This record gives sequence, C-alpha cells and structure tokens, in this order.
Amino acid sequence: MRDRRLVTFLALGLVVTFLLGVVVSQFASGNPDGLEFVAGQEGFADAARDHDLGDGPLADYGVSLTDNDVVNTAIAGAAGVLITLIVGYGVFALARRARGDHPVES
Amino acid sequence: MHIPDGFVNGATSAAFGVVSAGGLGYSIRKTGRYLSDRQVPLAGLVAAFVFAAQMFNFPVVSGMSGHLLGGVLAAVLVGPWAGFVVIAVVLAVQGTFFADGGLTALGLNVVNMGLIGAVGGYVLYRLVLGLLPRSDRSVAAAACVAAGLSVPLAALGFVAEFAIGGTADVAFGAVLGAMLGTHVLIGVGEAVLTLLVVSAVVSSRPDLVYGAPTYVGARTEELIA
Repeated sequence: MRDRRLVTFLALGLVVTFLLGVVVSQFASGNPDGLEFVAGQEGFADAARDHDLGDGPLADYGVSLTDNDVVNTAIAGAAGVLITLIVGYGVFALARRARGDHPVES
Repeated sequence: MHIPDGFVNGATSAAFGVVSAGGLGYSIRKTGRYLSDRQVPLAGLVAAFVFAAQMFNFPVVSGMSGHLLGGVLAAVLVGPWAGFVVIAVVLAVQGTFFADGGLTALGLNVVNMGLIGAVGGYVLYRLVLGLLPRSDRSVAAAACVAAGLSVPLAALGFVAEFAIGGTADVAFGAVLGAMLGTHVLIGVGEAVLTLLVVSAVVSSRPDLVYGAPTYVGARTEELIA
C-alpha cells in the first residue's frame, strides 16, 4: 500500500473509531433500546433467555470486568474495535483473494 | 434492535439463520468481485467503526434509547454486498464476545440489519439519489434519507419474524404500532449520524465512496487540473 494519503485517511478513521468505542461510549444512555422498550411495554420482555455466552469476560460490554464502569467500558470498546477490525479485515481480504486475479502488490 | 434468544422460536430462527448464511456467502462472493485492494482495509475499518458507533446509545424519548444500525452508512461507503458483510461481522462479534444479540437469533438480526438495513437501505439510497440534483452534497443527503427510513424498515423485519414465530401471545397490531412508532424516532438519529459521517468522507476522499456517482469530486479534479 504505497498510497500515503490513503494510509493517513485510514489512520485518522481508526483514531476516530477508537475514540468512539473508548470515550464517546462512556456517555451512552443506559435506557433500553427501541426493541427492549417495546418488549417491556408489550409484555414479552420475559421471553428473552439468558445469553449462552453471558459469562464471558466481555459479556454485556465488560460490565463485570472490574469495579470501575469507566474502565470496563473503555476495555470493552478497545477490545471490540480491535476484534471487529481483525475479523472484518480478514473476511474482506479473503473475499478479495478468492477472486484470484489480484494484481501483484508493488 | 438486537433480538435476544427466546423472542422468536427455534424453527423460525433456524430458517432465518439459513437465509442469513446464504446471503452472507453470496455477499462475500459479490464483494470479492468488486472490492478494490484499496477498499479492503477501508471495509475492515467500516466494520470496526460501526461496532464502536453502536456502543453509543443516544437518548430518544424518556426511558428509551437508540443506536446506529449502520447498514446504509456501510453500504454507501463500501457497497451493498460488503455492507451486508460488515453488519454480519459486527453482529457476530457482538453476539459471541459481548453477549449482545442471541446466538440463535443471529440470523434474524442479520436479516433485519444486514439484508434489510444495508442491502435494502442501499436500494433506497439509489432511489433517493436519483431524485436529487447532480451535486456532491446529494450523496450525503440521499444517504441521510435512506438511513432514516432503513430503521423502521428493519423494525418491520422484527415484526414479521415475531408474527411468524413469536413465543409470546401479543397482538400483531400492538407490536407493529409500537415497533414502528419507536423506530421512526430512532431513525432520526440514524439519519443525522449517517449524514455526518458520509459528508465527512465524501468531502475528504470521494474516490473511496462506493456509492458516489461519477460526477462527485469531478469539480475538484477540474480545479486541480
């Protein structure tokens, strides 16, 4: 990837993304989202089962990682951005390679 | 908007799982055919961005919040098929690592936010774009309108799934009215956030925007030349 402007753009985008996940996420509303709200209002919220992976370290965005909610959200945000970036890049790189005619990188 | 396990029965969830898996396979093949080498890291970044943005629940009305779905945003930036893949990746990461969205409900969520939100949203985007003047600003404006409409449409996806396989005995009309009413409001947030991000990218790197028609950025190039 020789396009330095592209690298700059992607680096800037990554900084904004981490800021969203680590900092802006701290100001998220704790109220139920639209579907949870409707489920409560219409009386089918109890139909929800506990999540099968609800005991994982990052479950519910790291709510039980430490005693500090700010730290928990920051860790969950940073970890989530990294994981999604790696999985996403991996899937798209594989999709692109599968075409087979990819030009040789100079 | 993330459906947990239990709202929709197993058979219906499995059927939507099959539809999602088929859609994902098709989208990955289509993505491989059009995505340029430069867009590969961009598509990965868009997925991470949608994940991060979805962590920010914005207040809507008292006692309720909403968050970005990001389908139209992703589809306009990297194309409808890559947009579908972006949403599927985000939902898979949320469902496995963050216990957000049920594992058996993954197919339902991918249909609502990926198929309806990203692919359906992109169709809306092209329709709206066709009605607007040939100007750079029309890209973000059309994305904004399509994003706003995509949220109640995705909510309708849930209403349909719940009507087919809902586990609770709730009147169809009540769920329909409540889901539409709340998600029209959440759509306003989706529209604003999509407008902000798409205008920022179109003004800095219009060449990277899949959904930008050829006239976008043409004036800038004339000025440089």
